[in-house]
Amino acid sequence: MSTGAPLLDVRHLVQEFEVRAQGGVRSGVVQAVSDVSFTLAKGETLGLVGETGSGKSTLARAILQAPRPKAGEVLFEGTDLVNLRGRELLRARRQMQMVFQDPFGSLDPKWSVTRIVEEPLIAFRTAARAERRRQVAEVLDRVGLDPERYGDRRPRQLSGGQAQRVAIARALALDPALIIYDEAVSSLDVLIRAQVLNLLERLRSELSLTYLFIAHDLALVKQVSDRVAVMYLGKLVELGPAESLYREPLHPYTVALLASIPNPDPAAPRAPVAKTIQGEPPSPIDPPSGCRFRTRCPRAQEICATQEPPLRRLGEGHFAACHFPVSRDSPAPAAREPARLAGGTHDAARAD
Amino acid sequence: MSESLLEISDLRVDFRQDRRLVRAVDGLTYSMRRGQTVAVIGESGSGKTVSARAIMGLLPPTATVTGSIRFDDVEMVGLPEKAMRKHRGCGVAMVFQDPTRSLNPTMRVGAQIREAIQTHEKASRGAAQDRALELLELVRLPAARERLEQYPHQLSGGMRQRVMIAIALAASPKLLIADEATTALDVTTQAQIMELLRDLQQRLGMGLIMISHDLGLAASFADEVVVMYAGRAVERAPTRMLFAHVRMPYTRALLDAIPRLQNVSHAPLAAVPGQPPNLALREPGCPFTPRCPSATDQCREHAPALEEHEPEHLWACWHPCEDGVRA
Repeated sequence: MSTGAPLLDVRHLVQEFEVRAQGGVRSGVVQAVSDVSFTLAKGETLGLVGETGSGKSTLARAILQAPRPKAGEVLFEGTDLVNLRGRELLRARRQMQMVFQDPFGSLDPKWSVTRIVEEPLIAFRTAARAERRRQVAEVLDRVGLDPERYGDRRPRQLSGGQAQRVAIARALALDPALIIYDEAVSSLDVLIRAQVLNLLERLRSELSLTYLFIAHDLALVKQVSDRVAVMYLGKLVELGPAESLYREPLHPYTVALLASIPNPDPAAPRAPVAKTIQGEPPSPIDPPSGCRFRTRCPRAQEICATQEPPLRRLGEGHFAACHFPVSRDSPAPAAREPARLAGGTHDAARAD
Repeated sequence: MSESLLEISDLRVDFRQDRRLVRAVDGLTYSMRRGQTVAVIGESGSGKTVSARAIMGLLPPTATVTGSIRFDDVEMVGLPEKAMRKHRGCGVAMVFQDPTRSLNPTMRVGAQIREAIQTHEKASRGAAQDRALELLELVRLPAARERLEQYPHQLSGGMRQRVMIAIALAASPKLLIADEATTALDVTTQAQIMELLRDLQQRLGMGLIMISHDLGLAASFADEVVVMYAGRAVERAPTRMLFAHVRMPYTRALLDAIPRLQNVSHAPLAAVPGQPPNLALREPGCPFTPRCPSATDQCREHAPALEEHEPEHLWACWHPCEDGVRA
């Protein structure tokens, strides 16, 4: 799966926005992304989950430098994008494409499908017209749209699934290394969504693409991801291999997210969600002190309000930011600097 | 008072569109008892929302409704608007997908709930305000008293949906229709709202129709499930029976296309090809034929009727799935 240096290395990324109340008075700073670090290996799919306002989309945009992050580094193939300007940044961006949730909102309604997919090729002056047209036909074919039949259509003549295929074709046109999907299949109907998900998987293996797959649906994310990152209120709270994160979630927030998924099996036992999470997320303008999840957490103790839990390694490639992780025992919260655990070998004190 | 709350039989809804007739609901039949929860499941364009709006009498004038909707022993089809207005709210209330668009952004929450109360009963401002507070507490809105004075934009999506439910409950309806009421919400909020709805439904003895695209929600919360495709009910059964013995290949396809937590990463999903049919081209036969793995010539020529093949289990298919066999 991974070989050598990561394709993308995000270090201590911070994104903040000032919000002004009426009359231009500065009323606060939205801490949209706070000190987020992760890497993405070539050919890997990292799933990014979290609820509205958790900062997932802001994180994706900060990676693309649109807008630039407030602090931190974004190393793409070893080059820090934060320091790139003008033409160099454009060249790097060519390698990174994004597909959004609403295909109709991201496709120009007046343009034909061919023109939409050709546009990035024109913008980057890749080839002469005939060659570009050949490339457009090839990429449309790749996403399962017959260029003869769909090339001249306008977005309104397409179904939601077809329009999303056009958006994917546009992202593929420049032969990128990384594609960020921001809730790209969330608004599609179940059967069409399955078709598009299978398409994404096929493209990834055919073109050895690297994906950052953002969604709020955990089951959906598991379907496509090698590793999964969970965000809450601007913070990365858990990161781990998909299998172990779902089998053994460590952060109480991940547990709550998993408990919230409606199980399509009426015979399966179903614990009420109210036991795993309370209330609604607080405002990112004034996030809670210490652990940002503590106000909704059923396991919160005093220390959670005073000390922010660092993201620490609790299993093979499995990290969580919690003083009292769920499946494994945590060290006594007395020490100022929480010890870095080499593995989750403590099984004593706290029984679950 | 009969046991049955709602009886829909052979309901058809046609829309006139560019001189063509689009049949959005095609011969829908189902009934529900008082206090029951029925999930109507289908994709976009399956007719689930249109059929619900027909129960509410909320269809535009371009729609022609035929068939019968008997609610509480009163025929709703062809009911004059004045009688219909009484029926809405007291009889049936509806909660929609997008609470932001359903609430008036310029009115305080309290005033909007009071309006709903005073539309249906004579109540002084004070009495209506007290009842509004009761309703907000009933839907477990935190800090209910302060919320009465707030505007919708000051609330989160989940809180707004709780306000919408409070408004829907203002006249103590016998039936609540939740039309994708949790679709736009976050997963944890969705689960909280669904639990609230089930709790209210049991406490108040209301009937509940959940309209959704999500079979997972139906499995967790409904007593009975109606699966719709291209305007028709294609399978109907008590929830446990349906999920244990899926008969209609379309229901099977829907279930198989849901990503499950148990699935291994990167395992391909079972995805049927194609798209739902164009409802303006009324072709004979079963509408699922072009996408169906078990379709034959018989399916192309004759549409199967929804019939009770096993006790309480109805399906419309010539070649139903067998137990344990995936389509």
